[in-house]
Amino acid sequence: MMDLLASLPVLSIIIFLPAVGALVIIFAAGKDDDDFVRWLALGFSLAVCVISLYLPLTFDYNNPDLQWVERAVWSERLGIGYFLGVDGISLLLVLLTTFTAVVCVLASWADIRFKLRGYMAMLLLTETFSLGVFMAVDMFLFYVFWEAVLIPMVFIIGIWGGNRRLYSAIKFFLFTFLGSLFMLLGVIALYFYHGKATGVYTFDSTVLLNYALPADAQFWIFIAFFLGFAVKVPLFPLHTWLPDAHTEAPTAGSIVLAAVLLKLGTYGFLRFSLPLLPDASATLAPVMTAVSIFAVIYGALVTLAQKDMKKVVAYSSVSHMGFVMLGIFALNAEGLKGGVLQMINHGISTGALFLFVGMIYERTHDRVIGSYSGLLKIMPFYGVCFLITVLSSMGLPVTNGFIGELFILIGAFKAYYLYAVFAVVGVLLGAVYLLWMYQRVFLGEFSYSGHEPLKDLCVREKLTALAFVILIFWIGLYPAPFLRVMDASLNKLVKTVEHKTSVSKGGSVSAVMIR
Amino acid sequence: MPIETLNVNLLSILPMALVAILALSMLVLDFFLKKGDKGAIGYLSIIGLLIVLPIASNAIEGAPAFGGMVIADAFSAFFNCIFILAAVFALYLSVDYLKRINSETGEYYYIVLFAVAGMMVMSSANDLIALYVGIELMALSFYVLTAFRVRDTKSSEGGLKYFVLGALSSGILLYGISFTYGFSGTTNISDIARLAGGAGANNTFMLLGVVLTAAGFAFKIAAFPFHVWAPDAYEGAPTPVTALISIGSKAASFAVFLRVFIVAFPAFQSHWWKLLWALSAATMLYGSVVAIPQKNIIRMLAYSSIAHAGVILIGIVALNGAGAAGVMYYLLVYAFMNMGAFAIVMYLGRVRGNGEYVSDYAGMSSRHPVIAFLMALFLLSLAGIPPTGGFMAKFFILSAAIKARYYWLAAIGVVSTAISLFFYARVVFYMYMKDAEGDSPAPAGRPALAYDVVIYITAAMTMLLGLYPAPFMEIAIKAVEPLIR
Repeated sequence: MMDLLASLPVLSIIIFLPAVGALVIIFAAGKDDDDFVRWLALGFSLAVCVISLYLPLTFDYNNPDLQWVERAVWSERLGIGYFLGVDGISLLLVLLTTFTAVVCVLASWADIRFKLRGYMAMLLLTETFSLGVFMAVDMFLFYVFWEAVLIPMVFIIGIWGGNRRLYSAIKFFLFTFLGSLFMLLGVIALYFYHGKATGVYTFDSTVLLNYALPADAQFWIFIAFFLGFAVKVPLFPLHTWLPDAHTEAPTAGSIVLAAVLLKLGTYGFLRFSLPLLPDASATLAPVMTAVSIFAVIYGALVTLAQKDMKKVVAYSSVSHMGFVMLGIFALNAEGLKGGVLQMINHGISTGALFLFVGMIYERTHDRVIGSYSGLLKIMPFYGVCFLITVLSSMGLPVTNGFIGELFILIGAFKAYYLYAVFAVVGVLLGAVYLLWMYQRVFLGEFSYSGHEPLKDLCVREKLTALAFVILIFWIGLYPAPFLRVMDASLNKLVKTVEHKTSVSKGGSVSAVMIR
Repeated sequence: MPIETLNVNLLSILPMALVAILALSMLVLDFFLKKGDKGAIGYLSIIGLLIVLPIASNAIEGAPAFGGMVIADAFSAFFNCIFILAAVFALYLSVDYLKRINSETGEYYYIVLFAVAGMMVMSSANDLIALYVGIELMALSFYVLTAFRVRDTKSSEGGLKYFVLGALSSGILLYGISFTYGFSGTTNISDIARLAGGAGANNTFMLLGVVLTAAGFAFKIAAFPFHVWAPDAYEGAPTPVTALISIGSKAASFAVFLRVFIVAFPAFQSHWWKLLWALSAATMLYGSVVAIPQKNIIRMLAYSSIAHAGVILIGIVALNGAGAAGVMYYLLVYAFMNMGAFAIVMYLGRVRGNGEYVSDYAGMSSRHPVIAFLMALFLLSLAGIPPTGGFMAKFFILSAAIKARYYWLAAIGVVSTAISLFFYARVVFYMYMKDAEGDSPAPAGRPALAYDVVIYITAAMTMLLGLYPAPFMEIAIKAVEPLIR
């Protein structure tokens, strides 16, 4: 039995099962079978989620390399392969994606009122393509998934979004598409540099890793990758699509965007920019760190000024993702570990916040902070879950956010102490805007300007909320299993970055790191 | 010239000869058919072309024939297949289209066949004279076809503009050919390189010949600033002809562009790359920017085809095997995706009586879900989004540019691609995200089978070329290898 399981292409199954689900929904369900569609979508996303649990169960913790590798030749002459693999860095992201998909289906249960078939199909397609991005090792395959994920997302925003959905969808599409195209140029340039030097023309990133590019080429390719990845993260000043897309997207769309799509950008930096372009990463690390810190503080300040709850959460993402970037470009084990963990944490906390904002919006169609006060008294369960998520998002001890931010701050401090000082300001501001929002909406005397009845959560909503709360405390209280997963792979990454830079540049990176 | 060196080899002219014979026999058949039966000529032409298709793809002779006038190599075979496929699709759609506009005539079909014969002469021409004859045969046929909707002033306007500017461009091309002949002493494409290379490469008049030839070709591929005829001709021509002009005429012109610049003028590359670089950059940016405000979808597709011509030019500028093969692959993909998009425009015209304007597409996803989905596929492929064929084509072209270290040109290509996403995505947005305004016209009946067949085949090919490019790319690379030295 186990042999049979091990011989199956488990990664391909995980990637394409949601796509199969999408096809089944489109072709098997009738036009008005909305309940059938919902259960089908839930069934498929749950199945994928359960199958993906096979990965942590059979994961080899001491192996820093890719596991469950699948390889097939796509084009011999061009050196393109269908090459999948998961290691300690991507494992958690894969799990986050499959978990998020289930949550999204549940969050859309009553939220989406028309064209449900298409909606659920798009949601499942988004899952397929994002899983593909996290598992692709071949850079060409990575790019194909990377671009493809845009299409279902654009449709989700554009068809089921709010009033300004068209504007937001096209802005999102154009920004990310342009950025990715520059990344494509970078990938092609890398391919030819490697091919000319070694005679092996390939997009296989594990092969490309073994060759040290000349420094100036690294610089330009880094810039090209930066344009692709930073738009997705999003880093200031490429972030302007995010508030629009987040605010206009339906609840589940915002959850996918925050929990999964933003991670694609930071994952790209981790997976490709750092190991393939170590010199450029080291040289540009101070710049990247400065940009990240700016994003942290700028995002926080802009968040303070927002009146719409969804916008608060959206802009807080800019700030939080800046944190992740700060951890990654500290270029040491602590920072990277914190960065990866914080990617997961941000997925959980921000995903949950969007979910909660969506729940109140579903009831009243009003997201303005000033319309509410004292909600805690009417909706106690909701209020408590919201509070836990807010605390986790601002990084209070015992919650998941604390562990991630702590590691990032240690990493930043090790890189250069002033980085940590500025970053702490960001943490403080984060506490201010989140608590302030919570205080205005939930505390004080109850008042609500509209007329809709405010009921506490129903069973389905409670279950989704509880799933998030459990994860928040699990990572907060016992992060060891999560950290252990990434240990081996991240240590290897730090070593390759250090080793390659010291070989080709005579130790200039250690200057950056020791300073 | 003794008969041995003439190398009379019928195989090398077999495909074009067959198409010409087919056209002539249709001409004769036309006299014997009654007014209502002219559709038969269309179907017979399609069957004839489908019979020629395997012959054309296998008629490969390495050596030039007829005193070096023509050459039937893998390169010309590849293009001939594109022409025949495009013509088959266009003719199949035309039968129903002509019925709709009430001008069923026999001459339409055999003029299309003559145009195809002209294109085939172009792709296998190994001599500037033969090349010119091919261009004129194709162009004259298209002038007539563009003005074919005699009751519509737009059609006459488009035809006239196309004719006047086309005649001008032929003049310029001939002027270029005469300079080339005057200073190299030959019109044979493979001999020009030998005679005009080396010290002759700096001859000013020879260079003038190169520049004028480039200008002549730029007219034919509708590159900025030689594009002015294209939007009017596209809008005025019967839609199947528009599709054929944008695919066949463009592919044929690129075939001669490639052959002449790669085989005859490589010695001047240090000069002409700057010219073509600027031409390519300007064409890409102009086409994609000007397409944005277009309300008429055919005009939009016209400007989009200008932008595509700019992108394809990158492959010629790169002057390497990857670039030339990229051009061929791009034109193959373009044939399918563009034909598909035009077929859907015609389908809407048939079913709903509109479809000419972008706003006609509002709410199409709920009325015609499958057609809307396929239109989205074609448009996203035209925009170059994976995993469609359009992406693969762009990828090959951009790779060639980067391989040849034209980083800036690649960057401009990328920017223009992003700009063009805007107007393609706009139609998709109309179809999926807007509701139809007012009463939509009542359905005008069930459309002919031709639409479904063409739309599904082109959609399948667009996806296939995106997911499994290897065999097609292999053919293209093998075909250009003998040309590149």
